[in-house]
This record gives sequence, C-alpha cells and structure tokens, in this order.
Amino acid sequence: MAAGAVLLGVTSGALGTFAVLRRQSLVGDVMAHAALPGVVGGYLLAGERSLPAMLAGALVTGLVAAGLAWVLTHRLKVKSEAALGTGLGLGFALGVVLLSYVQRQPGAGSAGLESFLYGQAAATLRADVLVLGGVAVVGLGVATLLFGELKVATFDPVWARARGHRVALLDAGLTGLLAVAVVIGLQAVGVVLMSALVVAPAVAARQLTRSLGAMFWTAGALGGASALAGALLSAATPGLATGPVVVLVASAVAGLALLLGPERGRAAEA
Amino acid sequence: MQPLLDDVAFVVTATGVLTAAAAALVGSVLVVRGQAMLTDAVSHGVVFGIAATFLVTGAVSGPVQLLGATAAGVLTVVLTQALAGSGRVRRDAATGLVFPALFAAGVLVLSLFARDVHVDTHTVLLGEIGFVWLERVPLLGLEVPRAPLVLLGVLVLDALYVLAFHERLVAGSFDPVHARLQGLRPGAASLGLLVLVALTAVAALDAVGVVLFVAFAIVPAVAARLVAGSMVGVIAVAVAAASAAAVAGYPLAVSLDVSIGGTMALLTAVPLAAASAWRLARSSA
Repeated sequence: MAAGAVLLGVTSGALGTFAVLRRQSLVGDVMAHAALPGVVGGYLLAGERSLPAMLAGALVTGLVAAGLAWVLTHRLKVKSEAALGTGLGLGFALGVVLLSYVQRQPGAGSAGLESFLYGQAAATLRADVLVLGGVAVVGLGVATLLFGELKVATFDPVWARARGHRVALLDAGLTGLLAVAVVIGLQAVGVVLMSALVVAPAVAARQLTRSLGAMFWTAGALGGASALAGALLSAATPGLATGPVVVLVASAVAGLALLLGPERGRAAEA
Repeated sequence: MQPLLDDVAFVVTATGVLTAAAAALVGSVLVVRGQAMLTDAVSHGVVFGIAATFLVTGAVSGPVQLLGATAAGVLTVVLTQALAGSGRVRRDAATGLVFPALFAAGVLVLSLFARDVHVDTHTVLLGEIGFVWLERVPLLGLEVPRAPLVLLGVLVLDALYVLAFHERLVAGSFDPVHARLQGLRPGAASLGLLVLVALTAVAALDAVGVVLFVAFAIVPAVAARLVAGSMVGVIAVAVAAASAAAVAGYPLAVSLDVSIGGTMALLTAVPLAAASAWRLARSSA
C-alpha cells in the first residue's frame, strides 16, 4: 500500500507540472470525473475487479471527455469553461448510471467499485502495485525522454514549431501524460478529488524552484510525500476514505509554499 | 391536491424538474459570461459549509444550514479570486486548488463526526432524489415534501433576479468599463448572482449531489447557446431542455433500475447533441 501511494503520488505530482504551466488544471478535473464510467466499464468488460482493465477504461473515457470538450471549443465555438463542464458533468453522470447498474446486479464483486469515488489506498493489492509501477515508469519515462521537447512546447509553442518540432503531436502527448497522472491515482484517491493531487504539488513546487526540471522533481517529491502521509493517516482511522486526507495534506503543503516560498511566495516579497 | 403530493413518481419528477430548471437558469448566465466552472467550485464549497455548520451548531438541515452552506459557496469563489489575483497562481490552478481543499475538509468532517446523521459523504456526492418525498412540512393544510418546496422558492428567486438584472449581468461580463460608465454596477450584480448560484447548489444538493448539479447547470445552457442568440432566449431554451431531460429521466431510470439523478443528468446530452448537429449542419451549408 505504502509503495503504491508513493508511486502514484510522485507520478501525479511530477506530471502535474505541465498541466499547471499549460493552464490545464481543470482538464485534469474533467478527466478524473469522466474516468468513472471507464472504471465501471472496465469492470463490466473484464467480468471481475481487474485494475489494468479499469485503468484502461478510465484512460479511454477520460480522454473522450477531454476530446468532447476540445470539439465543443474548437468546432462549435463554445467557451472553454462551458466545454470542460460539459465533459465533466456528462462523464460523471454516465459513471453514476453505470455504477448504479452494476451495484444492483447479484453478487458482491462490485462492492469495491464504490471506493473509486473517494479513494481507498488500503484496497491496493500487491499485484496492483506492479500495475501502478508500470504506469509510473511509462509516464515518467516518456516525460524524461522528451523533456526538452515538452519544455519548448509548454513555454513557446511558436518557437517550437519554427524549430521543426511537431507541436500538435507534443500537445497530444502532454494531454496523454495528464491522463496518466490522473488515472494512476483513481483507486487510492478517487475520481472526485484526484485532480487536486495533480495540481497542488505543482503549485507548491512553482513557489520553491526556478527551473522546469527542479519544479518537475520537487512536485514529484511533494506528491509522493502527500500521498504516503494521506494513505497512512486514513489507514489508521477506520471508515476514513483516503482521497480527502491526501488532498488536505497536499493542499496544506501548497498553502505553506504560497505563504513562505523563497521564489514566488509571500516571503520572497519581504 | 394531497393525493398528488403523495404520489412518489410525481414528487420525484417534480423535484428533478425544479432542480434542473433552477440549475439551468443560473448556469445559462454563467455560461454566457464564460464562468461555467464556477458552478463546480461553488457546489463543492457548499459541502464545506454544511460540515462547518454541523460542527458549530449541530444543524443538519433548515435555515441555519442553508445560510452556512451558501456562505461557504460564496467564500470558495472569493478565496479563488483572491489567490488568482495575487498573481502567484493562475486562475485555473487557483480553482483546482481551493475548492478540492474545502471539499476534502468537508468530507473529512462529515465522515469523522456525522456518521449517524443523514448528511453523509455519499449523499452530498450523489444525492438521494428517490427519497425526497419522505421529508414533509405542513403548508396550507397540506403535507408538502420539503425538497421541491425549497427548490420552487429558489427557482422563483433566481428567475426574478436574472430577469430583472440580465442586462447588467451580461454587460458586466463583456465590457465591465462600459457597463460601469452606464451606471450598471456590474460588481454588485455579479455578487448577487454568485449568492444565488450557491443557494441553488445548496437546494439541489439533497436531490442530485454536487457533481450532477454541474451537469444540469452547464450542459443545457451550452445546448441553448448553440441555437439561441439573446440572454433570455438562452435561458428559455436551457430551462426547457433541462426540464425535459428530468421528465424523461424518471421513467427511463425506473424501467432500467438505475440511478434516477444520474439518468436525468445524462439525458441533457440529447438536446446538446441535437443543438450541435443543427449548428454543424448550418455552418457547413
């Protein structure tokens, strides 16, 4: 459980760096809520509680919702916040309908699905840690290998295009990495609060560092520490879901960094 | 009259229609103003208010809870704007930081201290529209279900405010300087709107929870924006589309034996799909 929490915290925190710098924090929230129908759909297709199937489903429906928001914004000229809210609202509504359908079927196999709402780190099995490790290696590996390209695509897309980088491809890659950052924490943190674990460590790291590389790994470290602390605290308190605890810890860290951070925090102004 | 108020199908459908209509009404204004995700922040912040009110006063329903929860919804937006205004965090990240933290604190308090009362962490997330007929209050010699009664009051209040101030609400969002020169005071009108959004989210919470409220507020309004031009036109189409989804959602959910609130919210996709198809056909013609 502890290893799983650290893995997902580091991955979500580090990859959240790009989401925050690219002003896509709310896209992460859309993907997290819209992951619910994918989690339940993965369960239905696999016929049992299979984490790889559920996370794959979450990745698909989360990206579909983000795609719906993209189509509404770019093809139908809907304002971006309204397009995001549409993807979030409809995705979650579909998830609620599917969840209620599964829960009314005979058999107790679906009992664990409810924990995907608010998260339950204690539900992480030994085999799940291998799955989370695989997702973490892919997400962090791609980000590290393409770090230079992702950096120019984030800060100066025009220059990146002039340099011959395929910016549309890099944009798609960054959206994929955001989806990875979201789905890796769904079981432990839950669909409702997962996006906060993507955003808060990056906001904190932004106040503490000067370079993208330092921000990336600081956000990862803070995310890992927050997820570990939250998982341990909730495991020690019966009946307490993991998501709210993890998010409160991560938010407190961000709040402290905003007040005291040497780079951009209030203390830097003194 | 009383037999109708005792009819479960009628009461649940009416609650759905009132929730959908009130949410779509305030949602339309926010969608036109480009502030749709404010509904998300407000409805999650409301849960912090419910938890805080419970901790301080022990109230789990009634006017005290309504007041505390509404205040917390407004506070969420004020905090987000203060954080974004400090220049340290952009608006999207400020939104993504503030409301989850308040919501997490609210859920934590409810799961630690409020286990035996009816405001639990499951209800605030998903609502219990199937059970809204259980709680009743006496009114004019009738036993009236409480949730739809409160929602009706909120809907009337929303409608009066938006129809009275819609020019000011829209002008302030497109050109705040011009609106101020015209003496329209967009700031005061916006604050009033924010209070009503929070009040509507609180009233909708028992029925559909914090996330489905967002669907009812935004999806019908986006559909309406694709087919209607004026603010009043957008509101009329959005309220009609949201109400139709709620009316159709009840029998569909019952026959499939799935979540009533979820089905009602999901059916708002139908008018959106129709409006999108119409818009795309018109632009390619």
